[in-house]
Amino acid sequence: MDHTLVALVEDKPGVLNRVASLFRRRNFNIESLTVGHTSVPGVSRMTIVVDADRTNAHLVEVNLNKLVNVISVQDVTPDRAVTRDLALIKVKADATARAEINQITQIFRGKIVDVSQTSLIVEVTGTEEKIDSMIDLLNPFGIVEMVRTGRVAMVRGEKSVPTMNGRRPALKSVS
Amino acid sequence: MRRSGAQIIWECLEREGVEVVFGYPGGAILPTYDAMTQYDFVHHVLARHEQGAAHMADGYARTTGKVGVAMATSGPGATNLVTGIATAMMDSSPMVCFTGQVPTTALGGDAFQETDVTGVTLPITKHNYLVTDVDDLAYIIREAFHVARTGRPGPVLIDICKDVQVAETDFVYPEEDLELPGYAPPSEASPEEVQRATEMINASERPLVLAGHGVLMSGAMQELREFAERGNVPVSQTLLGIGNMPASHRMNLGMMGMHGEAYVNQAIQSADLLLAFGMRFDDRVTGNLQTYAPDSKKIHIEIDASEINKNVPVDLGIVGDLKAVLQQLNPLVESCDRSTWLTQIDEWQADTRSRDIIYQEANGELLGAHVIRDIWEYTNGDAITVSDVGQHQMWEAQYYHHERPFTLLTSGGLGTMGFGFPAAVGAKFGQPDEEVWAIVGDGGFQMTNQELATAVQENVDVNIAIINNAYLGMVRQWQEFFYEERYAETPLVNPDFVKLAEAYGVPALRVDRREDVEAAVRQARETAGPFLIDFVVEKADIVYPMVPSGADLDKMIRRPTPSTSPASVRS
Ligand SMILES: Cc1ncc(C[n+]2csc(CCOP(=O)(O)OP(=O)(O)O)c2C)c(N)n1
Ligand SMILES: [Mg+2]
Repeated sequence: MDHTLVALVEDKPGVLNRVASLFRRRNFNIESLTVGHTSVPGVSRMTIVVDADRTNAHLVEVNLNKLVNVISVQDVTPDRAVTRDLALIKVKADATARAEINQITQIFRGKIVDVSQTSLIVEVTGTEEKIDSMIDLLNPFGIVEMVRTGRVAMVRGEKSVPTMNGRRPALKSVS
Repeated sequence: MRRSGAQIIWECLEREGVEVVFGYPGGAILPTYDAMTQYDFVHHVLARHEQGAAHMADGYARTTGKVGVAMATSGPGATNLVTGIATAMMDSSPMVCFTGQVPTTALGGDAFQETDVTGVTLPITKHNYLVTDVDDLAYIIREAFHVARTGRPGPVLIDICKDVQVAETDFVYPEEDLELPGYAPPSEASPEEVQRATEMINASERPLVLAGHGVLMSGAMQELREFAERGNVPVSQTLLGIGNMPASHRMNLGMMGMHGEAYVNQAIQSADLLLAFGMRFDDRVTGNLQTYAPDSKKIHIEIDASEINKNVPVDLGIVGDLKAVLQQLNPLVESCDRSTWLTQIDEWQADTRSRDIIYQEANGELLGAHVIRDIWEYTNGDAITVSDVGQHQMWEAQYYHHERPFTLLTSGGLGTMGFGFPAAVGAKFGQPDEEVWAIVGDGGFQMTNQELATAVQENVDVNIAIINNAYLGMVRQWQEFFYEERYAETPLVNPDFVKLAEAYGVPALRVDRREDVEAAVRQARETAGPFLIDFVVEKADIVYPMVPSGADLDKMIRRPTPSTSPASVRS
């Protein structure tokens, strides 16, 4: 079982380092961590997937909250959240294999984004389970290289979760 | 007005109400030291090692509740602060440390005396900053002091590039609100929490308060007392909680934990409700977590949400400022008759008393416990004592009965040998009208005894009592109990502490007989400036009782009673 936490953090140098250092120091087991911009200047958003069998997700949440630069944290696991992972998969593909790989890609609503004499790059987005099963199907062709972004998540419905709690981000350039 | 970064530092410190800074100069912080000469409000204390400066700032903070300030240069100056910062972090002591850093143009290039100080101190500070722009400096200093002293206090470090100290800007002190969207220390409990807590408290037959350092940090001493008196609820302390209720108060049982009173630990194990007030269930107070207080419900009131359910699962966790929460709870606490419970505890206490070394016939030897007991008596139990780490620290906690808050300073969380003496120097700066005693071991004192020079240079009126057992006594005790008496590297060949003190210009005495303790203590008290007493005590003494590390809390090794054999008696 895993838990998905979404954190809004101040976009300041060293914030990722603080979060990573916290996980290491507290011996938290984290499966993935993604960071990106939000619609609010000065605020970044992290999606953190906690291995909840080995780590108490609530302790991760309250410890993150202790960091001065963390604005809010929410465990979105119980909510109906859309979760997505993106993968780029380079597969061995000679002329004969191409058609079959193309078909698999269609079924998973992926895209072929690069073609060479002997390989293809497939791009696919979806839940981690969906990508896992696509990888299972591509494996027999020979996967040369793969990268996955790790999970991002957003709760369904009109509410913004987590919220800024009415707080402003600091726009000062303090680190 | 035009000000350099260095001047801005002092301008800001003045506005923060800082009166004393403990530090040590060097290249990367030199502009700041140079600018200090233009400011009269501040007194700088030159330590002899940056670790000493950090402990002094910490000791100052612990006696005053104000933010202690330490200052050091880059590289080795900053790394020397590290032990002091980690000590303050573990014990939630508010501190701001300033370190110089290489110029912004040299950052990351392994310049002379460059260390990634914000990296090094990241896990041992509440927050830290690297300042690369003089226009950020004033705001950062203001924020740093705010973060250090609010919520669960802690050390904050500001690393300032040398060129930032030199650069000039139009200085306007930032009066506007701090922009800390992710930082909001909690205050009160919700009405539901108050209701659930009161129901649990009023329904309990065998409640016990575990009162920690948080009582002192929150200033909830009066509220704690009221809670105990109203509800007839007995109170016990963690090591750092000592002083949060007068030792002589009828509801105060004393210290819990590894070297706590046996009857307190028995009470914890037998309680039906534990009320953890501003404490964090450290392994030194719980023993084996699996068997800890098995039959009790638990309420944990704590300002730091991450402490709740960290070590001990609780039935009700309330995140809040203890003082505010107790003010909510107290009016609702009913005065229940708990005489059966209190009588039971009295019986356990009587057994402890019969074993106490103080009540046993002395056969001429001088014990650490005797020394502490006598210092307590001849200082009228009214001094600020600052202990180091080891057996003497536990004897201090057991035999110096503190009636007032903020009168025992000790490194509880980190257990830092070398803390005691410099922290006592800092404490004296914080409370110049109080009598201050450093109670140190012969081992730990030698980790920071160079601060004798600081005490002389500043004419600091602290008394130093070395409990000299010629051993790393606490480690020796573990070796005796758990390593079949193989005393690996614990015997000490010590310097002549009296001569050492005299070489620094500190008057000193050696005492090895009980009958001489009183006169020595009186002489120390009457002597202005620092004074050192080398108490030569029994070498092979043991701190009783003791819960072996990881053992059940009530499976203590007890002091043999006079009638039993010297072999350890387990109850
Ligand atoms: C800096 C540091 N190093 C090592 C230890 C481990 N340690 C804990 S107590 C102790 C012995 C202390 O000896 P001393 O200062 O003589 O005090 P005593 O126990 O004899 O009273 C040691 C080595 C420590 N707590 N701190
Ligand atoms: Mg010793």
